[in-house]
Amino acid sequence: MIQLAIDLAFILEKAILIGGIITVSLVVAMYSTWAERKVAGFMQDRLGPNRAGPFGLLQPLADGLKLFMKEEIIPNASNKFLFILGPGLAMMTAMMTSAVIPWGREIEVFGRTVSLQIADINIGILYIFAVLSMGVYGIMIGGWASNNKFSLLAALRGASQMISYELAMGLSIIALLMLTGSLSLKTIVEQQSAAGGWWNILYQPLGFLIFMVCAFAECNRTPFDLPEAENELNFGYHQEYSSMKLGFYLFAEYINMFMSSVLMATLYFGGYDIPFVNDAALVESMGTNNVAILQGLSLFAKAAFFIFFFMWVRWTIPRFRYDQLMHLGWKVMIPLALINMLITAVVVLIRQNGWPF
Amino acid sequence: MQTLTNRSKAVDRHPMTVWEKMYLPAIAKGMSITLSHFFKKKPTINYPEETRPFSPVFRGLHILNRDEEGRERCTACGLCAVACPAEAITMEAAERKEGEEQLYREEKYAAKYEINMLRCIFCGLCEEACPKDAIYLSETFAPSNYKREGFIYGKNDLLIPDPKTEPELYRKAVGERSRKS
Repeated sequence: MIQLAIDLAFILEKAILIGGIITVSLVVAMYSTWAERKVAGFMQDRLGPNRAGPFGLLQPLADGLKLFMKEEIIPNASNKFLFILGPGLAMMTAMMTSAVIPWGREIEVFGRTVSLQIADINIGILYIFAVLSMGVYGIMIGGWASNNKFSLLAALRGASQMISYELAMGLSIIALLMLTGSLSLKTIVEQQSAAGGWWNILYQPLGFLIFMVCAFAECNRTPFDLPEAENELNFGYHQEYSSMKLGFYLFAEYINMFMSSVLMATLYFGGYDIPFVNDAALVESMGTNNVAILQGLSLFAKAAFFIFFFMWVRWTIPRFRYDQLMHLGWKVMIPLALINMLITAVVVLIRQNGWPF
Repeated sequence: MQTLTNRSKAVDRHPMTVWEKMYLPAIAKGMSITLSHFFKKKPTINYPEETRPFSPVFRGLHILNRDEEGRERCTACGLCAVACPAEAITMEAAERKEGEEQLYREEKYAAKYEINMLRCIFCGLCEEACPKDAIYLSETFAPSNYKREGFIYGKNDLLIPDPKTEPELYRKAVGERSRKS
């Protein structure tokens, strides 16, 4: 029984961490909607929302209130259980990704050293891929349960798009894993932030490009937003949804966006590493907790840039046609990722064996 | 074929080169264009806080004028109503009583004076027709309203504030334009 003894402080620590991270991701997603409209406005020479609060900062609250106040409609011919399950699943899978992401090195509270990562599992990347591919179920189930042709079509589009781009994404990650030799996100970040270590973007620029394009496709963002293509499929898979169920779908999209931004930062841009500074030396001069705060801010700055990049692309590039999307996914991205993998493998082999050239 | 204008362009149908097929340079170009717009000055005018500067000849809401002593200038002659192409103006005349000399400038005055702002086309012909300089168009426009009746402006909506008792409001109502003339 001694192995099963439960460390209460440990559970408390993890519960607080989970609560904190979920709150932060929800707030970030909330303000992403504001930022999206603001960025869209600025890029189109408009001002964006600026009526609710200073700079329109209360706009997300107003939007949320509006969604809560709306009438909850469940279509008669729909499958009611699945209809409700869809948005819940979309939201849950979006939040689950955050579990393996290291948000900072560690903090010291009440004499305990707390790692700022919910679960440092040694197959972190595999876990993320598993959860990401679960995300398509939210779309599939929602689209099918609405009993609407457009929704079903959109759900099918979403599913096939996600499967197509997941392949290229996985292949681009394999090349990265050959270099790091670890699937744990924490190890990958520590390799990058160690003294003398470079960010992975320098070793894997092509891999990053492929990963980013696939992340756009996985998040259903423009130029790959075919599942919700407003002008072709009315509103895509969430056409029959109203009130907060619709809000969940829209929210899940923004959380996904945040999570893939964080993931891109973690895998290719050093994660919580503070650029141009030796983190280990900084810990000695500033104390663990201050450095942890700085590291968290550094990660958020990187993620914020990628979120901005997502929006920037959305308001620049028009949507792909469906055959073009498939063409890009299967005939361009996958061969490119394979070539990238091959080159990386050759380089790794040369470095390991020291072949005389 | 001869072109009708010099603006027409032949459609370029040459097969894409490898550079063009990469798409990335073109995407980068497009992104730089949107980013440059991000930092451009926005032409939006935040209406209730800021207002668009009107041209000096702007014709807005009507004002019934008073003279320096605060007496109404209008004599209800009806020339403005005749001049009005939209038939927006109606009035009823009345005779000035003994002891009302400080209220009305002449012996006859408008007991009722109404302009339907939904009919009015803000052409300014009433201003031109008026022999007594009693009506002119100001720099403001009609605010929105929930009811049609709200757009029928009576005398208390149109009359300029008394320059003797309310000089501040009077100056505000006169606005920039009369100061210029």
